[in-house]
Amino acid sequence: MQLEKILSTGAEILMKTLKTNKKFSLKKRSTSCYTVAIAGNPNVGKSTVFNALTGLHQHTGNWPGKTVERAEGSYTYNKNSFNLIDIPGTYSLLANSPEEEIARDFICFKSPDAVIIVLDATCIERNLNLALQILEITNKVVICLNLIDEAEKKKIRIDKDELSLQLGGATIVPTNARDKKGLEALKKAVENICKDGSQIKNVKNNYGEKIEQSLENISKHLSNEKINDIDPRWLSLRLLEGDFSFYSSLKKYLPLRALEDYNLNEKIKSEKEKLGFKENNSEGLRDKIVETLIKRSENIYKLCVKTSKKDYDLKDRAIDKFLTSPLTGFPTMILFLMGIFWITITGANYPSEVISSVLFALEEKLMNFLVYCSVPPWICGITVSGVYRTLAWVVSVMLPPMAIFFPLFTLLEDVGYLPRIAFNLDGVFKKCGCHGKQSLTMCMGFGCNACGIIGCRIIDSPRERLIAILTNNFVPCNGRFPLLISIIGMFFIGESLTALSSLSSALILTGTIIIGIATTFIISKLLSKTLLKGISSSFTLELPPYRKPQVGKILIRSLLDRTIFVLGRAVAVAAPAGLIIWVMANTFVNNTSLLIHCSTFLDPFAKSIGLDGIILMAFILGFPANEIVLPIIIMSYMSTGSIMDIQNPTQLHLLLTSHGWTYITAICVMLFSLMHFPCGTTCWTIKKETKSLAWTLASFILPTIVGIIVCFLVSNVLKLMPIW
Amino acid sequence: MKATSIMPLSKASPGCSYSVISIRLNKSDRRRILDLGLIPNTVIKVLQKSPLGDPVAYFIRGSVIALRSECTKRIIVKKV
Repeated sequence: MQLEKILSTGAEILMKTLKTNKKFSLKKRSTSCYTVAIAGNPNVGKSTVFNALTGLHQHTGNWPGKTVERAEGSYTYNKNSFNLIDIPGTYSLLANSPEEEIARDFICFKSPDAVIIVLDATCIERNLNLALQILEITNKVVICLNLIDEAEKKKIRIDKDELSLQLGGATIVPTNARDKKGLEALKKAVENICKDGSQIKNVKNNYGEKIEQSLENISKHLSNEKINDIDPRWLSLRLLEGDFSFYSSLKKYLPLRALEDYNLNEKIKSEKEKLGFKENNSEGLRDKIVETLIKRSENIYKLCVKTSKKDYDLKDRAIDKFLTSPLTGFPTMILFLMGIFWITITGANYPSEVISSVLFALEEKLMNFLVYCSVPPWICGITVSGVYRTLAWVVSVMLPPMAIFFPLFTLLEDVGYLPRIAFNLDGVFKKCGCHGKQSLTMCMGFGCNACGIIGCRIIDSPRERLIAILTNNFVPCNGRFPLLISIIGMFFIGESLTALSSLSSALILTGTIIIGIATTFIISKLLSKTLLKGISSSFTLELPPYRKPQVGKILIRSLLDRTIFVLGRAVAVAAPAGLIIWVMANTFVNNTSLLIHCSTFLDPFAKSIGLDGIILMAFILGFPANEIVLPIIIMSYMSTGSIMDIQNPTQLHLLLTSHGWTYITAICVMLFSLMHFPCGTTCWTIKKETKSLAWTLASFILPTIVGIIVCFLVSNVLKLMPIW
Repeated sequence: MKATSIMPLSKASPGCSYSVISIRLNKSDRRRILDLGLIPNTVIKVLQKSPLGDPVAYFIRGSVIALRSECTKRIIVKKV
């Protein structure tokens, strides 16, 4: 006790010194710290620029109150530190989505010291729309002309001086963030803006005489101190447009109630009437605004960009023809997916064994150490055989497949193949009332359902996103593959390891996956007809140009962003579960463990759906991670006190059949594994993403009920057949 | 210009280019389409259908965008 106290105060002092030292050194090193926002359309290499500038000095989180990812990082340049905020990639700032709202609010109300606008040099025309909108809010802008090499390859020549002239004298920095080209110049330009302010002038868009007159009339009523130096003309435009989301943002960010002014509101009303727009209908005005922006972008594009090669994207179109044609589209898609599964499953075996042998060797040492310290046996049991062993299990079975699957998946993402999958499959999803991008969240679900659920953010419409979240669990994740594969091996293939047997094993596994996918479609359709009724919202899917992947970055980012993240959550759920499992297996009432009491209680019900009490109990206790379902079954059948594995399939088969497993049991276990409640990590993630306990419960109950019904029907129908 | 050359975008054939006449969509659908740079007189090239026939990929102002038929049948175009 005494020792602990000394240790903890010692640590405290150390931390304090560290903290003060940090502050001290920060003060010494940097004179000022600037906030820089980085904006751009989706798919322009914005995050590549962000990563190239900040390196690994970054952290990701969410925007407050939104499930939109927020990345923040920092870099030092000329002894000044720059805090870089990656605002969501959008096409516009007219707030059609939460991303656009965040982007607009950040640039407008958080007044960053500089905004880097990333433009895709190969696709400037559409990118300019956003640039013009940002320039209307702030003039502290640096234009980063990214992917300049690609543009040159495609013979797209951009007149930088003319572009700068058209954008009010903005600094244009050509970059190729993938090769770190132009980054120094970009940092320099950002520093200039932060230190000396901007020289950009006169970039306002001209919306026509009438609207301009109205804007002038309204801005007269806006007093500067009330609106925190927001550009009055821009503010007038937004007020005239009458955007609800903007009104609520104004209330949130402006300290004074700028809008509670009778004269101002009357003015807005009368100007609207003058322009011929009704009070609550500004569609016409919006059209006019957008049209002005697009026409101006078109003009600038014509003035600045010359393409000598007309069909510069011929190669991309040829690849598209192959990857998305009726004849070759689906087969290549299936081949890609099967390839990924195969590499993941075979590639994960060896590292899994290594990790588990290391961790389990450590378990023995830990046990010996605790015994040496004469710690009571039950504490040893709980901590080592319970918590530690479960953790070691989850880590060794979960880490390798994820560390292989996610980089491969990110590779397909980086090359630009994933949107093509959504394009190929959207027809089916449309029939089910959901979004084609759901196919991508399902693909991610194969790696880990929790990641699949985070991936659902790419679906804009809330209704379709919820459907994708609720049904993601019907896709078996890496954690469920080992169970499926070993059951297929034991019950349907036999022991011989020939080419034929591994092929038929792969076929049965594919069949199982197809059942899962079919269930996803059926349940999605049911949901969109009942609980989540509604018409499909508009569908726009960009098919970006194919790009050479950046292998090194893929490895780092997919490991950091997905693998470690999921592993962290899994460990947090698995530790208490290990404790519960151990306590249940080692607490005896009337000479029988609690675990057996519970499974005996569940037995009649479990038998009616083709399982037995122990299997069902294992699924329930396997809630933290699907990987430990089979180990719990083995532990219960062998009446040992901690989870364990049997490597030899013949022995395992014998153990299972001696406890009454038949083909029907095997089929039902596979089906129930496919259709039951999501694991703890996934539930946690669903709660985070939907921010609703009700939807989390729904996503827990829905697949369970489906699984129970399917297993009940299948087992009872099969029992009627004499062949078993 | 013949009257027959005016049609909804959903009826347009792959490989040909069209010019937008009007967009008969409302609210958020309309905004989304406008943000992509689709306004009257914009020239669109139909690239290809997806394997199941819908959606269809279009070349719009330097980028490739796939749209569903619900949307494209409300965009009126004429052949150029």
